[in-house]
Amino acid sequence: MSHHHENIAAHDHHDHGGMDKKGIWKVFFILLALTALEFLIALGFVHHWGVIEKGMILNTIYIALTLVKAYYIVAYFMHLKFEKSGFIICCSIGFIFIVYFIVLLLIEGDYLLHHLQSHPLFPNN
Amino acid sequence: MSTTTVSQLDKVKDGPWSGGKSPWNLEYGKIMMWFFLVSDAFTFSAFLLYYGAQKFAQPTWIDADKIFQSVPGIVEHGQPLVFVGIMTFILIMSSVTMVLAVDAGHRNQKQEVVKWMLWTILGGICFVGCQAIEWTHLHHEGFWFGRNPATGLEGDAVAQALAPYFTKEISYTAALQFSNLFFTITGFHGFHVSVGILLNIIILCMTLNNTFENRGTYLMVEKVGLYWHFVDLVWVFVFTFFYLI
Repeated sequence: MSHHHENIAAHDHHDHGGMDKKGIWKVFFILLALTALEFLIALGFVHHWGVIEKGMILNTIYIALTLVKAYYIVAYFMHLKFEKSGFIICCSIGFIFIVYFIVLLLIEGDYLLHHLQSHPLFPNN
Repeated sequence: MSTTTVSQLDKVKDGPWSGGKSPWNLEYGKIMMWFFLVSDAFTFSAFLLYYGAQKFAQPTWIDADKIFQSVPGIVEHGQPLVFVGIMTFILIMSSVTMVLAVDAGHRNQKQEVVKWMLWTILGGICFVGCQAIEWTHLHHEGFWFGRNPATGLEGDAVAQALAPYFTKEISYTAALQFSNLFFTITGFHGFHVSVGILLNIIILCMTLNNTFENRGTYLMVEKVGLYWHFVDLVWVFVFTFFYLI
């Protein structure tokens, strides 16, 4: 058992393709650039210059940038990209249900907006 | 293994899942940390999704540009997103120092691990400190669990008290839901950061104690590192949904 454990640790030691110090700082600068871009849009284009209006298109841009940032954190910082493909699938496949959950709850929210508040109220005698 | 011819039966047992080897080539604790993080991600997804559902269900919502306008200690008003920008930068930075600590652990450099762990802990403390300041600021304005600046007021006073926070129509319910969800979700995230700081301090003490040096592997640093990056990951989403959208 202990031999087995050491074996994995030793193997892990050599199995770190692509994440030396240079790689780490590269990912950091990508994350920083994406965050800076979000601020440029939010503070510059939307707040100060008023070039872009708040709405669905802007939100889509924000969410896309967020997902790219999330990818870089999970893939490189959390090292998932360099794990066995079976493990990657195992950890990420469940999020299909989260996508479904998003669709369900947003439809539900929209339904409540259009129906719940228009329900008439009757006096309680 | 050997170069001699093997029978069909032996060949069949050669795959990663045929036994005798670790199919994921990962240590048990690391797999368990990943599974915990996946389940924790579901919890945060549920929280953020409820926020989304509420936002869709309300005819109007608080404008993030208007509610988060202060840089505590510098300006009280008129600088949207600047303070949260500093917080985001601190957390990304501490995530980087954590990867550097893990990297130093791979090379068995104890002094370097200690150095980067100290920076990571410092970053975490700064972040929680900033969040405490932000909470205090909102609390002074009248926001809290189950409360918003218009709580207890009636008639036109409600709209007057909430007017600074809305761009579209004003709704007491929307302000209340925003308040509840903001404190619950950033609170839950802050709790995670606090736990992360505690874990980092424990790992730092173990490193200083030569525990990992004697064990021959710094895998524990990696496991706590996974947790720390997850906290950063959640903040990326909280930041987008509360402050940008």
